[in-house]
Amino acid sequence: MSDYNFAYLDEDTKRMIRRAILKGIAVPGYQVPFASREMPMPYGWGTGGVQITAATLVPQDVLKVIDQGADDTTNAVSIRKFFQKTAGVEVTERTTEATVIQTRHRIPETPLTGDQILVYQVPIPEPMRFLEPRETETRRIHALADYGLMQVRLYEDIARHGEIATSYAYPVEVAGRYVMDPSPIPKFDNPKLDDCPAIQLFGAGREQRIYALPPHTGVRSLDFDDHPFTASKADHACAICGSGTSYLDEVITDDDGGRMFVCSDTDYCARRAEGVQ
Amino acid sequence: MYVAVKGGERAIDAAHDWLGRAHRGPAEQPALDTAQIRDQMALAVGRVMAEGSLYDPDLAALAIKQARGDLIEAIFLIRAYRTTLPRLGASDPVDTGAMRVKRRVSATFKDIPGGQVLGPTFDYTHRLLDFRLMANGELPASPASGAEGKPLHAPHVLGFLDRDGLIEDAPDSGETPPDLTREPMELPADRALRLQALARADEGFLLGLAYSTQRGYARNHAFVGELRIGAVTVEMDIPELGFSIEIGEVELTECETVNQFKGSKTEPAQFTRGYGLTFGQTERKAISMALVDRALRWQELGEEDQGAPAQDPEFVLSHCDNIQATGFLEHIKLPHYVDFQAELELVRRLRAGTEDAS
Repeated sequence: MSDYNFAYLDEDTKRMIRRAILKGIAVPGYQVPFASREMPMPYGWGTGGVQITAATLVPQDVLKVIDQGADDTTNAVSIRKFFQKTAGVEVTERTTEATVIQTRHRIPETPLTGDQILVYQVPIPEPMRFLEPRETETRRIHALADYGLMQVRLYEDIARHGEIATSYAYPVEVAGRYVMDPSPIPKFDNPKLDDCPAIQLFGAGREQRIYALPPHTGVRSLDFDDHPFTASKADHACAICGSGTSYLDEVITDDDGGRMFVCSDTDYCARRAEGVQ
Repeated sequence: MYVAVKGGERAIDAAHDWLGRAHRGPAEQPALDTAQIRDQMALAVGRVMAEGSLYDPDLAALAIKQARGDLIEAIFLIRAYRTTLPRLGASDPVDTGAMRVKRRVSATFKDIPGGQVLGPTFDYTHRLLDFRLMANGELPASPASGAEGKPLHAPHVLGFLDRDGLIEDAPDSGETPPDLTREPMELPADRALRLQALARADEGFLLGLAYSTQRGYARNHAFVGELRIGAVTVEMDIPELGFSIEIGEVELTECETVNQFKGSKTEPAQFTRGYGLTFGQTERKAISMALVDRALRWQELGEEDQGAPAQDPEFVLSHCDNIQATGFLEHIKLPHYVDFQAELELVRRLRAGTEDAS
């Protein structure tokens, strides 16, 4: 596909995005505005992540794309094909082989290394958005670290339900400063954000924001001393690989509502089923 | 293996094949020619160019064909193409006063220099289906009046009010307007940036907002001072030459509204302005844009904040782009198994807690 530049975006656009990424890495958890481009896939399909991946990829990279933890969900397939076509990079389903992993809604079960970049697709980057719809106001909140509103919300959850009733996109505090939306990963994945050796980049295309976690950044899920954060998952083992510690999808298997639970991370599950750890 | 988890690739390929067949329709019918779309569906082409922010009737026609007539999808195709184009430079501001008008009406003055020109409008047609068009018959060609396309000296109507000081000044600040396709939108946005966003905003969204101002949600009673449609010359300054040369022509719709303003402590009573400018023959959009532009100016004019949606720049600008809106809306079709699973467990746990308590 010679009509387009390597990885689709022109070099000026990549430079603009790389600057935003570098700024994001310099100020962990801070949402950097960037001039997001219209991409050839719709907003909401991961245009922020795609732009970061496009600006990050070099020809030697090995790319893995997952959606819901799986490599062959439709949108993961579509994005992987896009980069195969426009960048010609090698692709893989193996977490350990990948140098760049673009993800939607999950962090792989296999621990990441310092040679990897994890790119998240982010729908709403602003953790305070559903408490305060105005951008002008939320920027002020972050500038002043005025996060009382969030604490009150979490407290109200406990008062009403006995626990914090947020199961995904669970807010975190980054390096003791910015409150950040980790994208809609299940809160089960939140502990993997902390002290991660890989670079973690977050892209929100429609909302024109990039933010980042440099390697080994301290990331704390918001909680209270008497109601500590707990990562939760379905209380089952995987029906395929038998893992008792991985995040599970619940699959309805018949008309009578029969269920089975399988790993959401298909690569992890397949490796285990093959007996490779 | 669970079917929905596996086979994404095969499913996508099969869906694309199906789309290809559905797109073409029955093979015994002739395929649509993009030139036919460009010339016979010119108003759709205008909308796609306006909201796609790219003036190219041929590409807009291609996009409409490829999108199977879904105009928002066509606009998306144009936007995605546009964003790959290099930015060579900026044209000089176009002179809409020198527009070669094919339609030009004023609702504020009965007669105006240059005259009222109805042009090719639906305004006074009776909306009766013309079955002759369906029978594949050609309508009898009406003789051209001879006035069509004739250059017309038509100065801006609002200029006459301006001369008498009855309407607010609209001086050229000389500042280069920001470019929202190259810089992230920053709020609060100045009027130039707001107008830029409105010019590519969804016609239906702006229509609804403009209508809401007419019905009392921040009413700013608007007269259409002038609505004009026609071709303007685009000129560009070429640094190597040291002067501007004509590089082409675009069709524009321009709407200037005259709105009431009671005056304030510092300003005498005078009329105020709303402004709309769009590519192609897109007058519903241009009028809507002018009304919304005027409603958004409440602060600058010292008016009251009525809390109306059309007065709220952050609300309007964050939601007026149909490509952003449709993308985010439709993305909820994508898999959300993981998050839903997390919610399922939470609801089960909360329910278990209530049952224990009762």
